[in-house]
Amino acid sequence: MVAESSPKIAIVDENPIRAAILEEGLREAGFTAVEHVGEMNNLLARIYQIDPDVILIDLENPSRDVLEQMFQVSRAVRRPIAMFVDQADTASIQASVDAGVSAYIVDGFKKERIKSIIDLCISRFNAFARLQDELERTKTQLEERKIIDRAKGILMKLKGLSEDEAYVLMRSTAMREKKKIVEIAQSIITASELLK
Amino acid sequence: MTGMALRIGFIPLVDAAALLIAVDKGFARDEGLDVTLHREVSWSNVRDKLNLGLFDAAHLLAPVAIASSLGLGHVKVPIVAPFNLGLNGNAITVSPALQAAISAELDGDPLNPLATAQALSRVVAARKAKGLEPLVFGMTFPFSTHNYQLRFWMAAGDVDPDEDVRLVVLPPPYMVESLASGHVDAFCVGAPWNSVAVDLGIGHILHFVSDILARAAEKVLAVRQPWAERNPQVLAGLIRAHERAAEFIEDERNRNEIAATLGKPEYLGVDAEVVRRTLDGRLKVSPDGKVRESSRYLLIGREGAARPDPVQAAWLYAQMVRWGQAPLSDQSLSIAKGVFRPDLYDSATGKKPPPAATLAEGVGAFAGPVFDPVAISKHLDSFPIRRQ
Repeated sequence: MVAESSPKIAIVDENPIRAAILEEGLREAGFTAVEHVGEMNNLLARIYQIDPDVILIDLENPSRDVLEQMFQVSRAVRRPIAMFVDQADTASIQASVDAGVSAYIVDGFKKERIKSIIDLCISRFNAFARLQDELERTKTQLEERKIIDRAKGILMKLKGLSEDEAYVLMRSTAMREKKKIVEIAQSIITASELLK
Repeated sequence: MTGMALRIGFIPLVDAAALLIAVDKGFARDEGLDVTLHREVSWSNVRDKLNLGLFDAAHLLAPVAIASSLGLGHVKVPIVAPFNLGLNGNAITVSPALQAAISAELDGDPLNPLATAQALSRVVAARKAKGLEPLVFGMTFPFSTHNYQLRFWMAAGDVDPDEDVRLVVLPPPYMVESLASGHVDAFCVGAPWNSVAVDLGIGHILHFVSDILARAAEKVLAVRQPWAERNPQVLAGLIRAHERAAEFIEDERNRNEIAATLGKPEYLGVDAEVVRRTLDGRLKVSPDGKVRESSRYLLIGREGAARPDPVQAAWLYAQMVRWGQAPLSDQSLSIAKGVFRPDLYDSATGKKPPPAATLAEGVGAFAGPVFDPVAISKHLDSFPIRRQ
């Protein structure tokens, strides 16, 4: 069997990391003709120049409305483009919207092929979202640690406690008041600034 | 008792005011509705999330509600619009260079759209003679009042919007930057973006769209038709909450509070003063500080603005036909008119329908014959520039 030539895929995404993750996934899956568009100025001109079979765009991107213009009868468009809207496959559309990605395809492009591209998009977008969540969590933890350390310092100085004693005091207060330890720490900092 | 949970999408524009105020002031809660607002970045997102059921209702471009119901350019999902969020509210802003060029060619009152469109026609002809690139006009969506208002205006002055200039879709937040960088020479957009361009000294407001049409349905509260049928009580409550909000907004004593609320980062995220100007219809129109005032700039509740008018829907459908977006058929016309539901509005608010035709024809276009919502084909025949 002669392999079909790889379809041309354009990724429209201002986030270079997410675009790279998606591009890598597509290449691994054998889609070798992938172009990333990260600049939204003159987006349509750039798309016409690439002349893709499939366009993938993230839903955080206001330029999605620019792509909608391609549905319109226009002399500028060489090939008609439609959104991937197979009404029978609502689950797939829902999953892609949940993941935050949308696809536009050139009319006549094979449905089985777009399905695999969409599935890949969804999993890569979700992976990216998880990565970002983790990063966010780590950042928050780091910030909370700083707040707790500052409050510990204040207690040690004011009440002449050791580091461990200061921490135990905050923790028991947090448990008694059903609050997070970082909230107690924040109130200590606020209070000490007010009383300065 | 916890309220009925509703997810409602919106785009950060001043004409989302009735929705935002209905939620923020607790009017929706008073109707037993627990609304979560979702700010979106594109009309495509709002449409898709409404269509898929991720939103129960949405602040939507009136023509998108019609296009969705007709299945134009996208999936066919029947939408109903039981509340009109705003009439008018857009403006055409031009670059200082285009403003100067139009002024130089202007023969008549600058507020007369026929005079400015004819001046534009001469500017376009002169550019063509010099071999310059066509002027580029930005608008917000293929199925938008902005698109139709620009086209209606320039075509009246003999400028063909598809042949003589280029119309391009631009997300509203990018309009100002695109005008500054010269990617577009003009744009038609809603508030606050025209004022932002004027304040930055890079744009002149040439027209309020109310110069072009006295009444144009701009945004609607949209829900899926099956949803409306399954949840009549919830929908009635939602309409009443919006009606209360619209009345609150139109009371001038509340304007400062409303401007401050809408300006908040989670809603529009702009200066309250800019919002206030829009609500008052008092806009700075040129960087030198010149102010123009109009009682027709944006109508949210007054003059029956909130009551959906099927004549407006018919006019919007006629524009889709005129510009080749939709084929003409009696069935499509009747579907389009059926999207706008004054009956739902009347029964929810308990208000009496207004006497027929407060304005002689409900649209009030500056050019062409009085709009006839029944004989669209004959009506369109009177416009020489058209795609159909």
